[in-house]
Amino acid sequence: MVDLSINCGGIKSPNPFWLASAPPSNSAYQVCKAFEDGWGGAVWKTIGAPVMNVCNRYGGMDYAGTKIVGLNNVELISDRDFDLNLKEIAETKKRFPNHAVIVSLMMESQKEIWEDAVKRTIDTGCDGIELNYGCPHGMSERGMGSAVGQVPEYCEMITEWVTNVSTIPVLVKLTPNVTDILPPARAAKRANAHGISLINTINSIIGVDLDSLAIRPDVAGKGSHGGYAGPAVKPIALHMTSQVAADPQVNLPISGMGGVSNWRDAVEFMLLGASSVQVCTAVMHYGFRIVEDMKEGMATWMQEKGFKTCDEFIGKSVPRIAQFGDFDLLKKTVAKIDEDTCINCNLCYIACEDGAHQCIDRVEIKESTKLQPRVREEDCVGCDLCSLVCPVEGCISMVEVPRIKEGSITWPELVAKLPQPMTWEDLRAYQKQYGIEIH
Amino acid sequence: MNVAPKLSEKEYKKNFTEHVTPFNRDAAVAEANRCLYCYDSPCMDACPTHIDISEFIRKIATGNMKGSAKTILSANWVPLTCAKACPVEVLCEGACVFNDKQEKPIEIGRLQRHTMDWFYQEKPSLFTPASPNGKSIGVIGSGPAGLACAAEGVMLGFDVTIYESNDTPGGLDTWGIAPYKMSQADSLTEVEYIKSLGVKIQTGVTIGKDKTIAQLEEAHDTIFIGVGLPQGKNISLPGSDLKGVENAVDYIAKVKAEKYSQVDVGRKVAIIGCGNTAIDAATESVRLGAEEVYIIYRRGKEEMTAYWFEYELAQKDNVRFFWLTNPVRIEGEGHVQALVCEKMELVAGSAGERKKPQAVSGSEFSLPVDMVIKSVGQDLGDHFLSGVEKLEIANSRIKVNPETFQTDNPKYFAGGDCINGGKEVVNAAYDGKKAAQGIHAFLFPTTAE
Repeated sequence: MVDLSINCGGIKSPNPFWLASAPPSNSAYQVCKAFEDGWGGAVWKTIGAPVMNVCNRYGGMDYAGTKIVGLNNVELISDRDFDLNLKEIAETKKRFPNHAVIVSLMMESQKEIWEDAVKRTIDTGCDGIELNYGCPHGMSERGMGSAVGQVPEYCEMITEWVTNVSTIPVLVKLTPNVTDILPPARAAKRANAHGISLINTINSIIGVDLDSLAIRPDVAGKGSHGGYAGPAVKPIALHMTSQVAADPQVNLPISGMGGVSNWRDAVEFMLLGASSVQVCTAVMHYGFRIVEDMKEGMATWMQEKGFKTCDEFIGKSVPRIAQFGDFDLLKKTVAKIDEDTCINCNLCYIACEDGAHQCIDRVEIKESTKLQPRVREEDCVGCDLCSLVCPVEGCISMVEVPRIKEGSITWPELVAKLPQPMTWEDLRAYQKQYGIEIH
Repeated sequence: MNVAPKLSEKEYKKNFTEHVTPFNRDAAVAEANRCLYCYDSPCMDACPTHIDISEFIRKIATGNMKGSAKTILSANWVPLTCAKACPVEVLCEGACVFNDKQEKPIEIGRLQRHTMDWFYQEKPSLFTPASPNGKSIGVIGSGPAGLACAAEGVMLGFDVTIYESNDTPGGLDTWGIAPYKMSQADSLTEVEYIKSLGVKIQTGVTIGKDKTIAQLEEAHDTIFIGVGLPQGKNISLPGSDLKGVENAVDYIAKVKAEKYSQVDVGRKVAIIGCGNTAIDAATESVRLGAEEVYIIYRRGKEEMTAYWFEYELAQKDNVRFFWLTNPVRIEGEGHVQALVCEKMELVAGSAGERKKPQAVSGSEFSLPVDMVIKSVGQDLGDHFLSGVEKLEIANSRIKVNPETFQTDNPKYFAGGDCINGGKEVVNAAYDGKKAAQGIHAFLFPTTAE
């Protein structure tokens, strides 16, 4: 048996799956139901200043018949009374003492207001506080949410107000709507935060209605940017998670989120440094029940990989994060097409021909009108596009070509080796020694 | 005749409702998105009219329905009929690359129907005929070959008139497709669309009777023959004059009038032959209320010309197959009472030939039946075509140039069943379209490539 329990910045939970601060964690009814279904923790939907919501507030991005590959919203923080939320949080924590209940806060940027809110929140018995510096719409126009997260100095100042009075762990939730995620993360660290949550939603316009020309979601003829989430944002979230995880100045536990829909996504976030993961869009799409597969899938994977605890694999892929300048320029692969499983759709051919390097030919097949794609290996640049478009699993593989000459070199090493300024002729001559030819 | 009891209208409706249901929009988009959009689409090669299938499917996925319809109609003038009547299992869908992945092929027929249902509902303008070129085409027969030739002819600037002996146009599209595959209304919708392009149709006009060959030749610069195979082949079987003996094509046409209670079917019915028409006659008999339906075939199951999926359909309808069984005579007092058959065995033919069925002596048996439907093929029959000079006809097929569809008489072109011995609607659709192009190239050689 594997142990799924985690500790994220001092917040313990029986498994790494938390509801993100969002509509699914809006009430005691929902959070208790989620815990009964197996969720390990929940970040309560952000509570704070009075707000009023609009209709419609969500917009879905569908792709190729798949509903909601992305979801955006212009919903605000909780529109339920602050005190009512605190009461329900206390009741929930009492019912589920072993689950993680984290309260997301967003207050007006005044020290006294924050201190008061923090103290009253702690009184509920909750396990931690998450500071919402991420909300990219509505609240930011009122100087809260991402308006804080985008300015490291504000981020540091407010976090300090909170950590100075808090007796429980404080997570700082960052907005991805910045050019560099590290300055706000480092600011949180300087202010003694216990962990970083990321990413909040991304600024987005989900679409335009081609009949009415209205922006979606349509609020009485007007539209606005909203926060984008869901499966489509995962690569952006993974990148930012890895950046924070790899930064020695931040060096804080991470609660990762952004497009986590299943256990595979969760494992990826954890391999890149997250010690808990938060989920919203997938729950909004399918309900709390998805956690069963998340727990089971992760446990099975851990067993197969020989990990007994989550700590054994959290951050395991972080050391592999490198820069382009660290890459070995002499590694060469070529595509190989398995002609037995190939179904001759020739999607690889047209992708290579029009979209890449023109190194797949189509050859006639005996006694057939079909054409067989065949890689001209001497021209293949090893880009991998053909295998990505291939609809047959395992049909196209990228095979490493034995090096004709021992050696490896990175770009900085190459720059040091060749006369400067580098000429194309010098570079080509160098490549040729290693059998690398670009047509 | 011992007529099977009539069914309720509800039962008829259930039995003859189209068994392939339409997609709703979401389902069509989902199926369209499953299509790989192959660069080399084997489905397109497998379609006799070479519709750019992956393109029309992609257009369904993006919501470009008008473009989808245009892609289809640019290749095929009777695409709704093809969508419903084509044996897609052996054509486009049979060629889909998903078969090679051991996955369900894309439902191309249903998707094509989805587009065409939309098109005939919305009726957007897609095509503008070329300005009149001063020449005319007379088309004999309003089946798929004639309709395709006429539509393409109008697009090329010809003045086109179709002559149809029946009062209702459409040929086998209208009269020959089992109602549970397609209703008559669909065929007539396509006829109406083709008329809207500028094609004139004169129904109830039989060439050689109401209008002579000479009149036709006088009226038109070229003539397209798309008469199909109007006559059921007759096998000489003693007792064929008894009441209750029918020809399959005529019987199917009677059912196709969709007034089911007016079609008498025997309690026990024997169909002679095992092609796709025989299967239609058998399944339609079952659906009309026959209690027992037999298919009598003198060869084995492996040699039947019916498609396997048609055979499976008949099996589901509890049709009983008598393989290696030859009908000898029909017996009865004024009306059919029994079909006497003998068992056959296959004996080696002369070198290179397929095995021949041979009667097993003393194997004769009598099958009590009330109705015998002959379905052993169709032929061109004996008619006005004998008056056309230089027209070469062999084995019920009019000889044409396979590229231009011109006959040995340069004024005449032909296509469809009357040149191929009886194939699919889609083959006729291709022939007719190509023939119109052939006519254009013949009459306007300078504009041809």
